[in-house]
Amino acid sequence: MSTAPNDYLLHLADNAVVLGQRDAEWCGHGPILEEDLALANVSLDLIGQARLLYQLAATRMGKGATEDSLAYFRDDTEFRNYTLVELPNHGALVGYAASDRDYATTIVRNFLYSALMVLVWDALQKSPDADLAAIAAKSLKEARYHLHHAADWVVKFGDGTEESHARAQAALDHLFPYTEEFWTPSAIEDAAIASGAVTDVRTLRAAWDAIVADTLAEATLKRPEVRGYVPEGKHGRHSEHLSYLLGEMQGLARAHPGATW
Amino acid sequence: MHATIDDVWAALDHLTDPEIPVVTLRELGILRDIRETTDGIEVVITPTYSGCPAMGQIEDDVRASLQQAGIEAHVITQLAPAWTTDWMSEEAKAKLRAYGIAPPHTTCSDTSVIRFVRRTDTRPVACPQCGSTNTTLSSQFGSTACKALYKCLDCQEPFDYFKPY
Repeated sequence: MSTAPNDYLLHLADNAVVLGQRDAEWCGHGPILEEDLALANVSLDLIGQARLLYQLAATRMGKGATEDSLAYFRDDTEFRNYTLVELPNHGALVGYAASDRDYATTIVRNFLYSALMVLVWDALQKSPDADLAAIAAKSLKEARYHLHHAADWVVKFGDGTEESHARAQAALDHLFPYTEEFWTPSAIEDAAIASGAVTDVRTLRAAWDAIVADTLAEATLKRPEVRGYVPEGKHGRHSEHLSYLLGEMQGLARAHPGATW
Repeated sequence: MHATIDDVWAALDHLTDPEIPVVTLRELGILRDIRETTDGIEVVITPTYSGCPAMGQIEDDVRASLQQAGIEAHVITQLAPAWTTDWMSEEAKAKLRAYGIAPPHTTCSDTSVIRFVRRTDTRPVACPQCGSTNTTLSSQFGSTACKALYKCLDCQEPFDYFKPY
């Protein structure tokens, strides 16, 4: 029986835990109460998915690895997540500029990511790696709700007021180039595909394009031209933002290793 | 004397969901199976949503009840096949409604992953207070991971809808 390599499980888990952490930044700060709850729920699902994946990887790795050692005691260069999911909840800034959270950025990112993950989980639920397939079948149900939620708001923003349209388009222009990372191979993904347990994500590109085109058309938003830079987060080469995010996420566990409550 | 499978079901039958105390774990399909293995009796539970924070409590409740009944059994978590609201009994759905939570429709047969913007599932959700189907979705995410927020446009009451999963 073929099993997915642990590095690939970590790639999936790291995406989920990092985006879960970003979405959780809205907890108590949502633009309206319903969205505050929604983002917290999405975050909870993502962290739940990450836990299942870390637990599976830890069991297979042995040598004392646990879900906590994988989430809290690996450094930024060991994280295999897409750069897209670690970016802050606002657009690009220069120098010492600061910005409030921008809900359009959060929504557009969740849209681009969950549109990919409904396809990835759908493919992986048929994996010969039965443990991974079980996690995928659960995660797919959740990712569908995440995509519904994000796509609804992309349409509301895009086809809303002049201000909401402009902010949604700006978020799309900022984030879209980062999706190029989905489609460029990495050694970890190549090994996973070779294991026979994992679908090549590049075969999902046409379906992802269709979801994006469908939603953007409804939202009256323009798909940006993408060229040039391809981020390399999944290779362990991250933006400057990941280490701050991990600092917050891992600080407590590292200050009090082994603590329980 | 060894406990029988029936003894174990009897010992766990009263356990309810920590968040929705009117339905039992068995009715929800969270308490999935009790079976005899070469290692002894195995109690199988399954998570609802991946991140459901009630799962820890549920596992503790199961262990405590087993201990109270003097039954030795392993508690294991099984993911596949993935939990679905379709496993919920009709009695459980009636209890949810009486408690003020609209019970889930069966999961949609259209599970295609694309074409999300124009939905195919337009089945109305009935208000658990007045029964009206003149209701509207306020948010796909409610007070817990498994529920959505709805509002009744006739009696004006907001209510939770247990989402098909």
